[in-house]
Amino acid sequence: MARLFALLLLLLPASLSAEEIVLGLSRDEVAITATFDGSDILIFGAIRRDGTATLEGNLGIIVTVAGPDKPITVRRKERRLGIWINVESVEIDVAPSFYAVATNAPMSEILAPSEDAATRISISRAIRSVGRSETGSAKFTEALMRIRAANGLYQDLEGAVSVDEETLFRTSIGLPSNLTEGNYTTEIYLTRGGQIVDLYSAIIPVKKVGLEQFLYRLAHDQPIIYGLMSLAIAIAAGWIASAVFGMIRR
Amino acid sequence: MQIYLPIAEVSVNAFLLLGLGGMVGVLSGMFGVGGGFLMTPLLFFIGIPPAVAVATEANQIVASSFSGVLAHLKRKTVDLRMGLVLLVGGLIGAALGVQVFNALKAIGQVDLLVKLSYVLFLGIIGALMFVESLNAIRKSRKGGRPATRRRHNWVHNLPFKMKFRVSGLYISVIPPVIVGILVGILAAIMGVGGGFIMVPAMIYLLGMPTKVVVGTSLFQIIFVTAFTTMLHATTNFTVDVVLAVLLLVGGVIGAQIGTRIGVKMKAEQLRILLAILVLAVCGKLALDLLLQPSELYSVGPAITH
Repeated sequence: MARLFALLLLLLPASLSAEEIVLGLSRDEVAITATFDGSDILIFGAIRRDGTATLEGNLGIIVTVAGPDKPITVRRKERRLGIWINVESVEIDVAPSFYAVATNAPMSEILAPSEDAATRISISRAIRSVGRSETGSAKFTEALMRIRAANGLYQDLEGAVSVDEETLFRTSIGLPSNLTEGNYTTEIYLTRGGQIVDLYSAIIPVKKVGLEQFLYRLAHDQPIIYGLMSLAIAIAAGWIASAVFGMIRR
Repeated sequence: MQIYLPIAEVSVNAFLLLGLGGMVGVLSGMFGVGGGFLMTPLLFFIGIPPAVAVATEANQIVASSFSGVLAHLKRKTVDLRMGLVLLVGGLIGAALGVQVFNALKAIGQVDLLVKLSYVLFLGIIGALMFVESLNAIRKSRKGGRPATRRRHNWVHNLPFKMKFRVSGLYISVIPPVIVGILVGILAAIMGVGGGFIMVPAMIYLLGMPTKVVVGTSLFQIIFVTAFTTMLHATTNFTVDVVLAVLLLVGGVIGAQIGTRIGVKMKAEQLRILLAILVLAVCGKLALDLLLQPSELYSVGPAITH
C-alpha cells in the first residue's frame, strides 16, 4: 500500500494534496438473527498526510452506506369517480434499498456539483429512473426519497461526521430492522475545496443466519416441503390447543 | 420483544402478534369466521408486506379453524355432509379465483379490485345481517314467539336433493356448491377464508340453523385455506412460518375461548355483533378509498414484464 502510494505520488501532479484515509469499521458483517432489531455501524478513521501535502480549501469527509440496488415501481394515486386509485407509475431502474450519507459539513460546502454528478454521492443522484418515463418522473423520484426517508431507509446525515484536529473522524450509521440482504457498500470520500482527493471503500455483507437463513432457504428451495411443514404446524397447534382446553374443561 | 421475520424481512414485536392472533381467534371461534378479513388489514397496518400478510394469514386460519372445528365436533355442531358439498365448490372456486387474480394482476389495479370487493361484500352482508337480527331481537322482546326464518324459498325447489340430517334440511346440492364456488373465488382473490360470506349465505340462503353453521363453515375453511397456503408457498414464496406461528399460538387459544363464548350467546346477539364488526371493517376500507391519502405515491417491487 505504502509503495503504491509512493508510486501514485510520483505520477500525480504536485498541486494535488497528498492525503489518504485509514479506516476502521466496528463490524465487518451484519448478521440477521431471530431477534435482529436494526444495527449501528460505527465508522471511524484517520487521515494520513504526506509532509508535502498542500492543505487548501475546506476538508470534507463524506461517508456513504448503500444497500443492494433493486429496480422498483413508484405509483401515483389520483381521484377517479370519487375514489383514490393508482393512475400512473414510473419504473425506477436503480435505487439502493438502503442509503445513508453522513458528512462533516453541509454538502454544498464540501462537494462540488460536478463531482457529485460524476460519483452519484447525494441521495438524489443515487437514484436513476429510466428514460422511457414521462416528463413528470422527477416527482416520482422525489416521492421515493420521501417514502424511504420516512421508513429510515434513506438517511441524510449532514454534519453527523465529527472530525478532530482535521485528522480523526467518526460517525455512526443506524441500519433499520427492515433491511434487504446483500452486500452493503461503505465508501468514505475525502474532499478538499469540493474536489475528491481520496476514496476508501469497504463491503459489509448483511445476511440472515441460523434459523432465519434455514427457513428462508427452505421456503425458496423446497417450497412444497415448506408449505406442508407450515400446514403441519398449523394443524398441530390447533389440535394441541383443543386438547389442552378440553382437559381444562373436564 | 422484537423478532425478525425471515420471509417478511421485517422486525416486529412478538407480543403484539400474539395479542392480535388471540383477539382475532376469539372472533373466529365466536362467529365461525376465519378472521382473515380483519387480520389481513391489521397486518398491513403493522408493516407486514401485503403479499406476505395474505399468504401467511391463510396458514394461520388453518390453525384457528382446526382448533375451532374440534370444539364444534365434540358438540356435534358440524354438518360434515354439508361441509363436504361446500368444499367441492370451494376447491373449484379457489382454483378459478387464482386464475382471476393472475388475470387482474396482468392488467394492474389488483389492489383496488380487492379493496372494492371487500367494501361491496362486507357492506351488503353487514347491512343485511344487521337489519335482520335487529328485527329478530325486536320480535322476541315484544314477547311473541321467537322469530322463525322462512322455511321455503326458491332454493328448495331445485333438483339433486340431498338429506342433511345435522342441519335438518332436505335440499338440492346446487345452492351449497354454488355458495362454495363463490366463497372459493373470493378466498383466493381476497386472501381470506370466506367465512364472513359463507356464514350469512348458509343462514339466509340455505336456511341452516345458526349453531350448525359456525362449525360447518370452519370445517370447510380449513381445507380451502390449506389449499391457498400451498398455492402461495409454491408460487410466490410468501408464507412466513415464524409470523404464522406467532399468530396461531394466540389464534388457537383465542378460538377456544371464542367457541365457548359463542355457545353461551343467543343466535340473534351473535349475528348482530358480527354484523357490526363487518360494517366497521367495511367503513374503514371505504374511507381509505374515499379520503385523500396523506401520501399519494407508493413504492412497490418492479413489475417484470
